Amino acid sequence: MSDHHDDLPAFCHPVSTKLLFGVFFGLIALTILTVATSALGSALGMPPAFAFPLAMVIATMKAFLVCAFFMHMWWDKSFNVLAFLSSLLFVTLFIGMTMMDTGEYQPTIEAFDVNNLANVEVSE
Amino acid sequence: MAVADSHDTHDDHHDLHDHGEFIAHHFDSAEQQFDSGKLGIWLFLVTEILFFSGLFVAYTLYRTNHPEVFEQAHVFLNKYLGGLNTIVLLFSSLTMALGVRAAQLGRNKNCSIYILITMVCATMFLGVKAVEYSHKWDMGILVRSAFNLTYTHPTPTTEIGKALHISDYLVYLCVVPALLLAGFIVASVISKLINKGTLAKFMIAMAITVSGYFLGVCVGIIFMNATEGETGSTHASVIAEQPLMLLASTQDDHAEGDHDDHDKAAAASNHEGEHSDHEEHFGSHPADGGEASFDAHHPDPSTLSRDVGIFFSIYYCMTGLHAIHIIAGIIALAWLYWRSLLGHWRTDYFGPVDYVGLYWHLVDLIWIYLFPLLYLID
Repeated sequence: MSDHHDDLPAFCHPVSTKLLFGVFFGLIALTILTVATSALGSALGMPPAFAFPLAMVIATMKAFLVCAFFMHMWWDKSFNVLAFLSSLLFVTLFIGMTMMDTGEYQPTIEAFDVNNLANVEVSE
Repeated sequence: MAVADSHDTHDDHHDLHDHGEFIAHHFDSAEQQFDSGKLGIWLFLVTEILFFSGLFVAYTLYRTNHPEVFEQAHVFLNKYLGGLNTIVLLFSSLTMALGVRAAQLGRNKNCSIYILITMVCATMFLGVKAVEYSHKWDMGILVRSAFNLTYTHPTPTTEIGKALHISDYLVYLCVVPALLLAGFIVASVISKLINKGTLAKFMIAMAITVSGYFLGVCVGIIFMNATEGETGSTHASVIAEQPLMLLASTQDDHAEGDHDDHDKAAAASNHEGEHSDHEEHFGSHPADGGEASFDAHHPDPSTLSRDVGIFFSIYYCMTGLHAIHIIAGIIALAWLYWRSLLGHWRTDYFGPVDYVGLYWHLVDLIWIYLFPLLYLID
């Protein structure tokens, strides 16, 4: 997809303006789509549980377009791509592990008697 | 970047066509230098993502545990202003990518123009953000500890605020850009007078960049008035009769709570007050048709969960950190603009533009996720 200029060094891949503008208009279209689905989704009978995943799918499509073409990942060294994608793996781990732990103190919270606070010792 | 650049600091000869002028001595070739820099910037971007991910964890955790807070809070965010900012940022990404292309082809003049447009978009983004922030601060929408929704738009006390009918907070947020604008204009005139043509050009470009902020402020105000026209003072006055509802109810509990002891008891009852208050709002809201009387755009402060402020703590942290990245990006772009004016970019040396470009796209990427996560909760 990049322009082919014989006189350019091997590491220089200018992306064609056509492609860049195409990606830009694609991003704008997806932005409008995500605002529209958020504004009209419930009116059109879309189940509310569906709205959040849909917004995230659209955001990920936009992120793909930006990464692949604006950030030249499509033509980049695979090691760079690997480094970048590995960060996403760690983010997933970070969020996942924390989420697994959130219920840890739930029994204590539920056992907490709001109406009988006199019995609760205040540590401060 | 530092690596790619270390050479030109001790490089005083001006023969731009000398092959390898910007190749640092510890690199064999332009390609090796470029690849090293690129790996470096990718690793930096990885740390940036991990840096932001802490805030995303806070968001995810809070949203899964308290979805009702997000549903109550998002009505205070104007999704059209957010959408406008998204488009401004996407456009700046396009011009950045075009700037990288121009640098790759050694077209320094085109590159400088694209970088200038990118910087103007960046400051415009900040201008719109300033309008959003000041509008929220006016209504008392602050971080959790200071959250006190009243809807009363205080009448401006500053002279400029009175004259232009804008929030005092917005006036304060415009002080630094105004000083910068004046400074850059003066600097461009001085550099013109002492015949430093390139410097004058640079200073004019910086002045244009800063004026993008004021453009953003104007566009933001127009956009907000168009989409939130009904948020006029009429509504504010109705609600104004019951301001500080949340605070008042907390203090009632407070008064009941502490008869006997002083400091310690006061602290304890403050806790109690918070808890029972919290419980009250939680209990009343979802069950007894609280939803039905919920005015989508101007919910009564007393029907809101006290924890709506936590959403805004997260909101201010995420968008604030993002805005700091935008400012850092503008500074990096200004440096690129200067080097474009000096004609440094060539087909075998465009690394800095590429690296800053990658950073800029990452800032855009984070906004791509922040926008639906914060503004499009329905």
